[in-house]
Amino acid sequence: MSVLKSILAGFAAMAVGLFFMGVGRQISARLQRRVGPPLWQPYVDVIKCFARKSTSHHFIMDLGSMMGLAGLVAAATLLPVAGWLPFPSGGPLIVILYLMPIGYLGMAMGVSASGNPLAAIGIGRALTLMVGYEVPFAILLLSIVAAFNTSLLSVMAQVQSGGLGTWNAVRMPLGFIAALIAMQAMLAEKPFDAMIAPAEIASGPMVELGGKFLGMAFLQHAVSIYVVTGLVVNMFLGGAASVPVFFLKQLVLFSLTMGVNGIFARFRIEQATAFLWLSAGSLALVQLVLNLILY
Amino acid sequence: MSDMLSISREEILDGRWERILNFFRSRSLWMLYYCTGCGAIELPPSMTSRFDLERFGIGPMATPRQSDILLITGYISLKTLKRVVRTYEQMPEPKWVVGFGSCPINGGIYWDSYATVNHLEKYIPVDVSIAGCMPRPQAVIDGLQKLMRLIQRGEAVGYKKYQLNNQWYKTNQREVLERTEPVLAPASSARAEKRARRAEAAGALVGEPAGGAS
Repeated sequence: MSVLKSILAGFAAMAVGLFFMGVGRQISARLQRRVGPPLWQPYVDVIKCFARKSTSHHFIMDLGSMMGLAGLVAAATLLPVAGWLPFPSGGPLIVILYLMPIGYLGMAMGVSASGNPLAAIGIGRALTLMVGYEVPFAILLLSIVAAFNTSLLSVMAQVQSGGLGTWNAVRMPLGFIAALIAMQAMLAEKPFDAMIAPAEIASGPMVELGGKFLGMAFLQHAVSIYVVTGLVVNMFLGGAASVPVFFLKQLVLFSLTMGVNGIFARFRIEQATAFLWLSAGSLALVQLVLNLILY
Repeated sequence: MSDMLSISREEILDGRWERILNFFRSRSLWMLYYCTGCGAIELPPSMTSRFDLERFGIGPMATPRQSDILLITGYISLKTLKRVVRTYEQMPEPKWVVGFGSCPINGGIYWDSYATVNHLEKYIPVDVSIAGCMPRPQAVIDGLQKLMRLIQRGEAVGYKKYQLNNQWYKTNQREVLERTEPVLAPASSARAEKRARRAEAAGALVGEPAGGAS
């Protein structure tokens, strides 16, 4: 039964993530005073990608694409959605954090097999950025885990279920801001999109991906949106009483990200890493010290 | 044109299952533009706030592997033809070519230049041509919507034509590409040999009737 549930959760993560992407494209379009594509455009894009012939450069390229998507789907099955847990686990934070980089690692494996130098530059930037956001996010997790004495997401959400005053976003505002900055980098939106940079390195890791591989990359991004926003909702916005409310909270977070994406220019990669460490990292450190004193 | 295969309409048009997929293909077209000429300047206004091509699911992409349409925005010179052909062949199928402005149709104002190619459709199959020097964004959107209708009906079959008549296209391409080799370079024996071999191969291709021609 839990196997079926996990499969369902994987597909749900893809569908919800693609819907969020459609909303995100609408938001960028409205910020630029355009009409923008219809909300179902990402679904059409993915189906079209899978309906095309694709060029594989190596067996490892196929494997890397699958691995990247699989890692993130595994993380999605461990994420508690408003008390509903696809995989009987309680939402182990450490395991989710361990599974999330597999997306980028799989992509690194796949695109290096294609042998394109631009792809290598792109994935190098992605991994550098990962060093940038993982450090503040790890400090943040440490402070929350220390405050609650648990690393289970479902317990964290339960503790915050007593209304707005009990939300971590209110009780730990500095940490919440740090989490929002880290989330912007995790989703590779501007100003942290130096790894994609279409005009500069021809969309980085995606440079040799065509057809099905590009469809997989789309799905991978969709699932990563679902997992990252879900993580922050569980950690800071108190989970949710019902599934639609949970998705709504995720959508609000993602809309915020896309709004910032629409008005900022791009950091160079060393600027991005320095910004993440100095701003998000110091905010998270202050929050850690405050948590040790207060809770 | 005499050497091209003649093939019935039913044989080359898409089947029923393909036509279902064509619904999605026609609503998500990603463009790669080959900005050789002045046409590139008409694309930013087509894509940004005023005309907004993304309404139809049409958007720019960075590399040939990711894109569905190749936009040839302006004249093709003898040297850029090689790059255009290489770009076209890197795109995964199904793929379509849009000739943009007068130059890919008949040479435009460069029709008597020694350095340009006058008829693009002799070298790669063109699905839709947008006339004008230059076409305004309205004309661009009109042309791309025509392409969307053609794709949905399964009638945009340029890439199949390229597969079936590959020899014919390759012969035409070779005739042009040989003219771009440097004349004054010292002809080393290896290069001269290579050129002779290639000329021989081209002659053989022109001489024999294309396979299965009726």
